[in-house]
Amino acid sequence: MEAYFDNSATTRVYPETADLVRDLMTVDYGNPSSMHRKGVEAERYVREAAETLSRILKVNKEEILFTSGGTESDNLGLIGAAFANRRAGDHIITTAVEHPAVSAPAAFLEEQGFRVTYLPVDGAGVVRMDALLSALTPDTILVSVMLVNNETGAVMPVAEIGRMVHEKCPNALFFVDAVQAFGRMEIRPRTMGIDLMAVSGHKIHAPKGVGFLYIRNGAKVRPMLLGGGQQNGMRSGTDNVPGISGMAFSAGKMYDHLKENTEHLYALKQRMAEGLRAIPDVVINGMPVCEGAPHILNVTVRGVRSEVLLHALEDKGIYLSAGSACSSHKRRPSAVLTAMGLSKSDIESTVRISFSEENTVEEVDYCLQTLGETVPVLRRFSRR
Amino acid sequence: MKVHAYLIKYAEIAIKGKNRYLFEDALVREIRRSLGRLSDGYTVEKEQGRIYVYCPEEYEEEETREALSKVFGIVEFCPVCIYEDRGIDGTGEDVLSYMQDFHPGYSGSFKVHTRRAKKSYPLTSMEVNAFLGEKILDAFPESHVDVHEPELVLRLEIRDKIYIYSQSCKGPGGMPIGTSGKAMVLLSGGIDSPVAAYMIAKRGVTIDAVYFHAPPYTSDRARQKVVDLAAIVAQYCGKIRLHVVNFTDIQLYIYDQCPHDELTIIMRRYMMRIAEHFAAERRCLGLVTGESIGQVASQTMQSLAATDDVCTMPVYRPVIGMDKQEIVELARKIGTFDTSILPYEDCCTIFVAKHPVTKPSIKTIRHSETRLAEKIDSLVEEAIRTTEIVEVG
Repeated sequence: MEAYFDNSATTRVYPETADLVRDLMTVDYGNPSSMHRKGVEAERYVREAAETLSRILKVNKEEILFTSGGTESDNLGLIGAAFANRRAGDHIITTAVEHPAVSAPAAFLEEQGFRVTYLPVDGAGVVRMDALLSALTPDTILVSVMLVNNETGAVMPVAEIGRMVHEKCPNALFFVDAVQAFGRMEIRPRTMGIDLMAVSGHKIHAPKGVGFLYIRNGAKVRPMLLGGGQQNGMRSGTDNVPGISGMAFSAGKMYDHLKENTEHLYALKQRMAEGLRAIPDVVINGMPVCEGAPHILNVTVRGVRSEVLLHALEDKGIYLSAGSACSSHKRRPSAVLTAMGLSKSDIESTVRISFSEENTVEEVDYCLQTLGETVPVLRRFSRR
Repeated sequence: MKVHAYLIKYAEIAIKGKNRYLFEDALVREIRRSLGRLSDGYTVEKEQGRIYVYCPEEYEEEETREALSKVFGIVEFCPVCIYEDRGIDGTGEDVLSYMQDFHPGYSGSFKVHTRRAKKSYPLTSMEVNAFLGEKILDAFPESHVDVHEPELVLRLEIRDKIYIYSQSCKGPGGMPIGTSGKAMVLLSGGIDSPVAAYMIAKRGVTIDAVYFHAPPYTSDRARQKVVDLAAIVAQYCGKIRLHVVNFTDIQLYIYDQCPHDELTIIMRRYMMRIAEHFAAERRCLGLVTGESIGQVASQTMQSLAATDDVCTMPVYRPVIGMDKQEIVELARKIGTFDTSILPYEDCCTIFVAKHPVTKPSIKTIRHSETRLAEKIDSLVEEAIRTTEIVEVG
């Protein structure tokens, strides 16, 4: 049996989406910037994609800017907003648990002369509101908080943060990295006070290499990719029509079934969590299972290094991740878990299990059964 | 001006008496192999005690030089320009245009050195030297002749055509692969063992390799890293047959049965036994490791002795006397360093006791191994039976 539990790293593209993407590469392959009919046709796909996504978010379609994915959306949202609003102030607030696609641009902005405050989180990995309140100053121009944490599934009180930011700093923009949240929960940028929001396609059963940035009408962002002036000059470069269209299609499908998907995901997560608790010396990290995001479970299996557990499970066809997927490029204890106060040895023994609606109860049971057999064996041979 | 050919200089093999042609043939074969990775338009010829590489009409100088700089046995190679023999006046013009291209505005000391391979040429070497020296002095008034310690020697070889060269690039030295037998290298994925492989190959030794992995304690990426390292070493020494041994069960069994401070030593003894099995199978004449005295607990002299205790073949340790820094420098030079430091666990780093023995006694270790009697032979057999072979390079 194969059980893919690494859906926060990437998801399987829906077969219908793959068909659509293929047709847009081989049949309706025009360039939206072309004057002829094939171009107009392609442009229509892009417009329809923007309409689909804006309907989901209850925003205007002009507020959707297509990008190459989560990283570009995060970079553009942060760096573009910081430079466009530099005259209003030089202070930026973010959290200690952001994805590197946010924390690295934040570090870059520090180099460029901005001041950056990193908000701490509590033991469940949720940003501390008291810290935010005291960090907001008249110089604050940008606040960046993720909606769902990619490692722990912690859901940040974004609506509350939005309210607080706009109340105390009417000129500041509120940026939200929603890469792990979009497709898993209702998001209403308008009512939540979100000015900028980053989304990635491949986390929602669409291809890699596409994403979008929501930019509230009136929010100032300086473009970073210059060239042919596509997308009203906000992001030059030929539109990735197959990717854009595929992303919108997958998003539509996810939101059409949001309610039943969410119930199913929580059922899987609950079942997995209960099964894991039956194994001695296993700790579930982060928010209570039913309060955190429906698809992410962060687990410490004491006495087994996460890398070893990962490879042992991979042999049985079970895929999950140690920390976050990017960690194969570097070896550093997770900043998120460190900020939550986990010990070094617990961090080294922590894995992330992330579900999609395509996972089944049988897969969860298979995973639990395999863990039940494997963990005691692996524990015998931990480093002493 | 384009370089048409390279003159290959080799030192050590020139003194090997009657075996000389064997070495020269091996060198020619190795040059062909190395250049063959680029294109098949190169010709390599052994003529009158020299080896010439003739380049195709279209080729990349940079990659050609890089390929030559990786052929053991080459001490130096000189980029040569080749001109038609248009008589001495014509050659005079060619020499001046060569000088303009390679030494524009030359203002130092020089001499011309001519070698007449074509004995029917109407002038003697001395006469050619004098004539051309004169021409250069006229064209480069700042320069002067110094026949004893010139800064520049312009060399001419008179054959059916005129060969001119004045520069030389460093080769790696050593002896051509295939002239010294074969050895089995224990590759770990660390910094030292690829360097050891390089050094032994430099002496003309053909290389095979063995890698021990321990899934799930080591990952596919760690294994890929070793394959990548072998591929880098193979640029110097040609194809490597890499034996990938699954060592997990042996490791776990040792872990279960033996004192933990002796784990590493006993593990290494079994690695050596298995490596020697494949070495014998592949007709190797020795084992090669990347150990250097005192670097870690398993590399003290006592530990090395305890490891060697199980080997009947000689164990070569070419980096034995080198400091870590020296090994790192060499790893950077040969291009393995950046791959070696990728952060994946290898076999050795996981089952390490907190305080391993540093001065094991052979007697004690042998005694500890008797605890393995029940199952170890079948586990070793199984590991050998399930070994995967990867052809690299």
